[in-house]
Amino acid sequence: MSTAFPFSAIVGQDEMKRAMILTAIDPSIGGVLVFGDRGTGKSTAVRALAGLLPPIKVVNGCPVNSAKTKEVPDWAEGVGKGMKEVPTPVVDLPLGASEDRVTGALDIEKALAKGEKAFQPGLLAKANRGYLYIDEVNLLEDHIVDLLLDVAQSGENVVEREGLSIRHAARFVLVGSGNPEEGELRPQLLDRFGLSVEVTTPQDIDARIEVVKRRDAFDRDKSAFLLRWQAEDATIRDRIITARDDLRDMTTPEATLRDVAELCVALGSDGLRGELTLLKTARAYAAWQQAKSVNRDHVRAVAGMALRHRLRRDPLDEAGTGARVERIVEDVLG
Amino acid sequence: MSLDNWQKATLALKLLAADPSLGGVVVRARAGPVRDAFIALVQGLNGPVRRIHPNITDEALLGGIDVTATLASGRLVEREGLLGTSGTLILTMGERCPPALAAKLALALDDRPNLTLVVLDEGAEPAEAAPAALIERCAFHVDLSDVAQSDISSGIVLTSMRTIADVPHAALAQATQASAQLGISSLRAPLFTLRAARVLAGLAGRDVVGESDIETAAILTLTHRATQVPQEAPEAETPPEGAETETQQSTQTDLPDELILDAIKAHLPDTLLDQLAQGPTLGGQGNGSGAPRKGNRRGRPLPSRPGRPKDGGRVDLIATLRAAAPWQTIRRANTGRDGIHIRQSDIHTKRYALRSDRVLVFAVDASGSAALARLAEAKGAVELLLSQAYARRDHVSLIAFRGTEAELLLPPTRSLVQTKRRLAGLPGGGGTPLAAGLEEALTQGLLAQRKGLSPTVVVMTDGRANIALDGAPDRVKASADASRMAQALRRHGMSAIVIDTGNRPEPSLRTLAQTLDATYVPLPRADAHRLSAAVSQTLDV
Repeated sequence: MSTAFPFSAIVGQDEMKRAMILTAIDPSIGGVLVFGDRGTGKSTAVRALAGLLPPIKVVNGCPVNSAKTKEVPDWAEGVGKGMKEVPTPVVDLPLGASEDRVTGALDIEKALAKGEKAFQPGLLAKANRGYLYIDEVNLLEDHIVDLLLDVAQSGENVVEREGLSIRHAARFVLVGSGNPEEGELRPQLLDRFGLSVEVTTPQDIDARIEVVKRRDAFDRDKSAFLLRWQAEDATIRDRIITARDDLRDMTTPEATLRDVAELCVALGSDGLRGELTLLKTARAYAAWQQAKSVNRDHVRAVAGMALRHRLRRDPLDEAGTGARVERIVEDVLG
Repeated sequence: MSLDNWQKATLALKLLAADPSLGGVVVRARAGPVRDAFIALVQGLNGPVRRIHPNITDEALLGGIDVTATLASGRLVEREGLLGTSGTLILTMGERCPPALAAKLALALDDRPNLTLVVLDEGAEPAEAAPAALIERCAFHVDLSDVAQSDISSGIVLTSMRTIADVPHAALAQATQASAQLGISSLRAPLFTLRAARVLAGLAGRDVVGESDIETAAILTLTHRATQVPQEAPEAETPPEGAETETQQSTQTDLPDELILDAIKAHLPDTLLDQLAQGPTLGGQGNGSGAPRKGNRRGRPLPSRPGRPKDGGRVDLIATLRAAAPWQTIRRANTGRDGIHIRQSDIHTKRYALRSDRVLVFAVDASGSAALARLAEAKGAVELLLSQAYARRDHVSLIAFRGTEAELLLPPTRSLVQTKRRLAGLPGGGGTPLAAGLEEALTQGLLAQRKGLSPTVVVMTDGRANIALDGAPDRVKASADASRMAQALRRHGMSAIVIDTGNRPEPSLRTLAQTLDATYVPLPRADAHRLSAAVSQTLDV
């Protein structure tokens, strides 16, 4: 994997950056879906996210990044005693990955060479307690989608095949990106993403020039460029860690709860998942803004990304559901 | 600066040899001596140069276990995938490249700056082309279909070099502006322009990127991405007095932009305007879209084929044994071992054809006096089609529009009994809310698509739309709404047939058919048999 572009050096795309920061503050919000045209920096931002995440402590050599020794699955081999600090895993799920690679399967090397029946963990094991990134998520094969939905829901990966019976924790944040021209996402999968953002190329010519300039500088001399942006990235990382702590003491006034509920009723979003996500996101945003309690402004700032993908699609609505959410947010919250 | 296509192609190769981070080149040409000459030149790119085809397995691409060698030697032998090494990959038949392979190649191009991709695109139709994800990541796109053999020059020297030329800020701004004015939203485009310009300067031995470098680079990297013809300079009016110095400055900076744009304009494909007039091209289809496709998991079984089981494929045991059977005696004699001898060449894999069902959505105009007759015909046609449906795997659904709204009379079904019961009584009369009818058809079509079926909308009407979507009797608004709905249908890639049941062909319906990209069938006094025949005929073409 080549060096990632620094997060803080991404020009514009504020909503996308905000969504990523918010899931980093509270992973239980449940991932980000980034939809947009080609060449708008979707993949760049997701890969940059890895650099922002605070490291996690894992049991030495554990294949599923367990936090405690007793959580290490019994099939794991070569697990050490101590703990070590590793970067939060950001695992790529390539399109066309076989089911074996995703869930894990019989370790063919051991089976062939030693005649042993052992489990070789897949991408879901690697992504536990981290991020699972799917580029071109709308082109993902149906059977992989079904599998992911199931695991994302239960937080556990169950493998029953080739005489193996294995289960391990697989709690991860789904990050997907795609180009809406190439196909829609099934509503069931859409719902699994906490936030959704739409990115477009900046129309402002100066912003575009700045993007090109920075990318060019990065391509020409990576280490110098990283050094230049190191401090900014570190600031964001520290702020994320502070916000995580502040989140515990965050208070949610009754009025805010009412705002959230009214908004979701007005939008007619299916189920209560929208409300819960909106509330969590607003709390994370308040923590990011260093506020003590969540107010209406925080809700307004994140309503679009939390609700946009939960509405029923109106095929005629060319402006997309984003505009509809904004309009209703305007009506309800004033 | 004028470049013919062959010059562009060779220049692209020179640049790629010098700086592989330019990604690659998409070459649109049918097989022939010109393309062969080009491929011969490609051999000079960063080695090793290898060919891949659209059906390449993941194992060959990404590496994996070499089963034969492992079993023979008794220890694990791994094979390195083609994407694991640097060099040049030639993707043949790029127009048949499936989205999954395109995504893997795109990821590799993003990650590995010293991987070069040459996509050979043999597409015959404009819609048949290499995947957009790859075109996006290859700096160059050349069309060799019009190059005559006499234009070919050979003996091009491809060298690698370090590119160190400086890019002045103005040049960077020019490249970005030019791409913005051509309506290119991706920011990869201007980056490619910059890189190409830098290499051009390097090849010419210059330290600083000059005007001509940017111009040539823009022609090579931006022309094929253009989505709009650049507007004539909007601020070209006479400047007010007293702004003399400012104007001079601005003309100095503006002038090169226009030169670049003019240069690109000369290279814009003639078909661009046609393409723009046609509206956005339909994007590639994701999975579950319902077109017939070959798979290796589900569906109607096809004859099995020799070959290694690819990802997720299954070995056809019976066919494999059958293929191995004639050789058993010889193999036993050769090896001296008992038991069944199966070699790799015997292995057959299962294949299945997954043909999705089709849904015919009839949207029938139930307005005015002819309504009852027309509805009866439509009903008859639906029943006739359904009686053949078992063989054709068609589902049928019926929508009637009249008065101010459209009504779903029959949800998609294959049951003849249910149809007869539902369609017993049909109301008629009132205005023609064509837009509402199309909207309901679109809703039904989208539902069907989500279930993995392929919808076809059949619109039956004899008149003009006169009721708008909101129910207002307003002819102008009604036809605007109808055409907007038709565009929406087309945008969602739904095929359609427009059947004009009027005594005289109605020009506005022909226009509607064009908007829908549909077949227009004038069918006055259609009876059920002719109607069903017309629909079947159109669908089977």
